Formats: sequence, structure tokens, C-alpha cells
Amino acid sequence: MTAIDTAVAARAKRGSRIPLALLLPALLGLVFLVLPLAGLLIRAPWSAMPSELSSAAVWDALKLSLICATSATGVSLVLGVPLAWLLARTEFPGRRVIRALVTLPLVLPPVVGGVALLLALGRNGIVGRWLDSAFGITLPFTTTGVVIAEAFVAMPFLVISVEGALRAADPRYEEAAATLGASRLTAFRRVTLPMIAPGVGAGAVLAWARALGEFGATITFAGNFPGKTQTMPLAVYLAMETDPDAAIALSLVLLAVSVAVLVGLRDRWMSTP
Amino acid sequence: MTTTRSRTAAATFAVLALAVGLTACSSSKSATPAASGASGSAAASASAPKATGTITVFAASSLTGTFNDLGKKFEAANPGTTVKFNYGGSSALAQSIVAGAPADVFAAASPATMKTVSDAKDTATDPKVFVRNTLEIAVPKGNPKNLTSLQALAAPGVKVALCATQVPCGSAAQTALTAANVKLTPVTLEQDVKSALTKVELGEVDASVVYQTDVQAAGGKVDGVNFPEAAKAINDYPIAEVAKAPNAAGAEAFIAFVESTTGMQVLTTAGFQAP
Repeated sequence: MTAIDTAVAARAKRGSRIPLALLLPALLGLVFLVLPLAGLLIRAPWSAMPSELSSAAVWDALKLSLICATSATGVSLVLGVPLAWLLARTEFPGRRVIRALVTLPLVLPPVVGGVALLLALGRNGIVGRWLDSAFGITLPFTTTGVVIAEAFVAMPFLVISVEGALRAADPRYEEAAATLGASRLTAFRRVTLPMIAPGVGAGAVLAWARALGEFGATITFAGNFPGKTQTMPLAVYLAMETDPDAAIALSLVLLAVSVAVLVGLRDRWMSTP
Repeated sequence: MTTTRSRTAAATFAVLALAVGLTACSSSKSATPAASGASGSAAASASAPKATGTITVFAASSLTGTFNDLGKKFEAANPGTTVKFNYGGSSALAQSIVAGAPADVFAAASPATMKTVSDAKDTATDPKVFVRNTLEIAVPKGNPKNLTSLQALAAPGVKVALCATQVPCGSAAQTALTAANVKLTPVTLEQDVKSALTKVELGEVDASVVYQTDVQAAGGKVDGVNFPEAAKAINDYPIAEVAKAPNAAGAEAFIAFVESTTGMQVLTTAGFQAP
């Protein structure tokens, strides 16, 4: 509210009014996004909150959620930034197709993504079968499985965001670095990466947020077991089956933690005017 | 996919509303497997003593096959009616009925979930147990690990998927395990019986404890193993008319049809037991 007020005041001072055609839908959009959250807050069982949240299972789930979402973001950064660079800075046949494939998890229903992961990396999956027989590694129903499911769903957000930043960044800086003798890798490390840091940061935040809320792919691929694969969204879903109050309480915890992290990161990582 | 389906549902609804308005009597084609029972409430408000219009049935997901079949048979026997189903975990369905979802009939997989609805005074009639279901161990085809008892599931290296205790199949499995004095740590607690079964079908787990009817419905993709402790955890399925049923006459007619000889025959063929 106050942010809008000050913004309005600032514009008014400069003598240019915000056009109603923009302001009206903007406010409607804001209400639309905030209203469900208000519902959650109003219906929250505040008096029962301490008892709802005192169980160790809640904190196990929260800890697991934070660890897995952060690991998934790490995986996405390590694999996704080079992938974005490849898509933005190189020419190769079938690049458009590859690009579409990369964004596929965005449109894929997460549960389908989970089934796909099972068919690929499960005990009888095309790669998983080999992992199992050669190394004795099975990924489903493990915490690693949660990270994989979350990274699968979240990485496209990072790739798209970094690719956009790369396309917006002037490639001539890299060319200049190359003429000064820098290898392509050095130019990427010393010139490109610092230039696109805000884009990478924004992408990482998006990916983290998506991973934190991930449900479908996780429960399908990694299953649901407290302390091992039961993240907060899974705990919320199962609590909803019998005890909506507990589900609301859990949702609020997840909400509070994500808002705290996102607000904290936004100031540090994303250069906001 | 979803858009097409909801569009079809909307179209069906519109046509139906018109048909009811003109008291035309063309028989409806088939049940629209609508994902939610949200539509169809308005048309049903024109309730007559005889069953007409749309009847919205909320049913436990373990009833999916049999109720789809019963729905078609009911529509054929009662021209001018359409039965719409909303299948899901019984607890989730109970919660949505208490929250005001426009259901006419509720068929739950456990008395406990039905109690959620009747405690909230949201049932019009006393819930009646119409079938019972027994647990079975589901194993991948051919039973590669040769699991023949509940005790065998607790062996090290055997991966088991159970339903979460919040859903009926999970609490029934827990009762059976307690009766057998077996302590086992599953690799996952699934959100409903179908997803537990899917994990077996895909061979990701070595066994799961599910209903006999689910093993039968999987049609040879999994094998079932009976175990004696199942007798201690027989699941009762209650059915009741919802208090705020938009189509009360339809609800009564449908429940009577489920309990009729025809209804029972469909249910027992699928592996359910008469109460």
C-alpha cells in the first residue's frame, strides 16, 4: 500500500499522472494475487498455531524443503547457465528445437514430469536400470530424488532468465576481450558472467521459488516419507486430507519463510531501482 | 485437454438445461467424466419426484471403474438423467463437501471419512454401508521377490509403498500390520491407493498393500497376494445423500440403484464384497 502511495506521490510531483487504463488493471491484478493469501491469513487458526507447529515433523519438512530447493537451484546454476550460454551465443543446427525442449518442463504437468523421471531414472528406467546394476544407485524415494525432481521443474526458469540476460548483454564486450587475447572461457568467466549477474540472480531466485513449491514431480518421483522425501508442499497436501487447520498452519510457515528469503535476496541480488 | 473437457462439460450442461426446461425426453448419451462436480447444480434445482437432470456423485477413487459402469446403467434405466462423477481420495472429497461442493451423493472408502461429513450435518440420510473391500499385497507381475506374507515385506531390501495413514487404504494397511505384529518402514507413503499401485506397476517398489479391487482393476499388470491379517482390516464403504443435494430425488434414486441387485452384481464382480 505504502509503496504504491509513495510511487503515486512521486509521479504526481513530476506532473505526469498514471494513466487510468494502466492503473486499474494493475490494481486488479494486485488484488487478484493477494486475495487468496488474505484468505489464508484470515482463516488461519492463530490460537492453535503453536500446537500445530510444535511437532518435529513440521520442522523436518521445512528443513528438507529448504535444503532440497537450494540444492536444486545449485544444480540448475551449474548446468543451466552454460546451457543458456550455449543457446544464446552459439549457432548450431536444431537450436530452436533444443530451446523448445529446454522449456518443455514449463508446460509439462509436474505429475507427468515425475512419471517421465521414473521411466528414465527409476529402478526400471532406461538410465536408472543401468545405474542400479552398475553402481547400485536407485534414485526414487531418496532425498537426491527430490533434488532431481525439483531441478527438472525449476531449471527452465533459470535457463530462460539467463538466456534473456545474455541476449540483452552486448556481445562486443566479449569480442573485445577476445581481441585482447582472452579465451572464450575466460571471456565468459571474467566479462560475460559479471555483466549478466543480475539476470542469473533473478533466474536463481525464480528457480528456487519454483523448487520450494514443487509438489507433483516430487511426490511422483521421490515419493513421500517424513524426514526423507516429504517436503512442505507434500506435508501440506496430506494434512489437508484430514486436518485443514494444520494444512493452513503449514502453508503459512512455508509462505513466511519464502517471503523472508525472497525479500532478503531481492535487495542483495537483483538490482532494483 | 482440460479446456476441451470443461468445454464439453459446459456444452453438455447447456444442452441439458435446455432439455430439462422443455421437458424433452431424449436419453443422455454417457457420463461426462468431469473433473469437478461444480457444474450441473443449477439444472438440478428443478427437482421432481422422479429422477431427472444431473446427479453429481462424489466417490472414493477405488470405486472409479464400478461407478462409471453403474452410472451408464443408471442413465440407461432412467432416461433424462446424467450422472457426473468426481473421484478422489475420500478424505479430500469429504473436506470439499463440508466446504460446500455441490454433491448429491457421497460414497466413501471408510466410515471415518463419511463421519467428517455426517458430523458436519452434511448428510441428508444416515450413511449405509453398501460394500466392503479387503486388502491384498500387490506385487509386480510374476512376484519376482516371491513375497507371500505381510512378514516378508519387512525383510531388508524389500521396497514397499504404503498409502499415507491419512487416507483409508493407509489406515487399513496400518491396522493389518499391527494385527500381524509387523513393523516395516516403507519407502513412500502415497497420497492415494492408485498412486501406490502405480509404483508397483512401474516396478519401482517390490510390493504395496492395496485393495483387492485395485489389484483386479489393474488387469494383470500386477499380481495380488492374499494374507490372513486382511480379515482384521476389512474396509466398509458407506454411501449417503448429501444434505444440501441440488438433486435430492436423483440422489435417492442413484443410491437405491447402487444397492439394487444390478448394482451389487457390478460391485461384486469387481471384487467388492456385499456387506
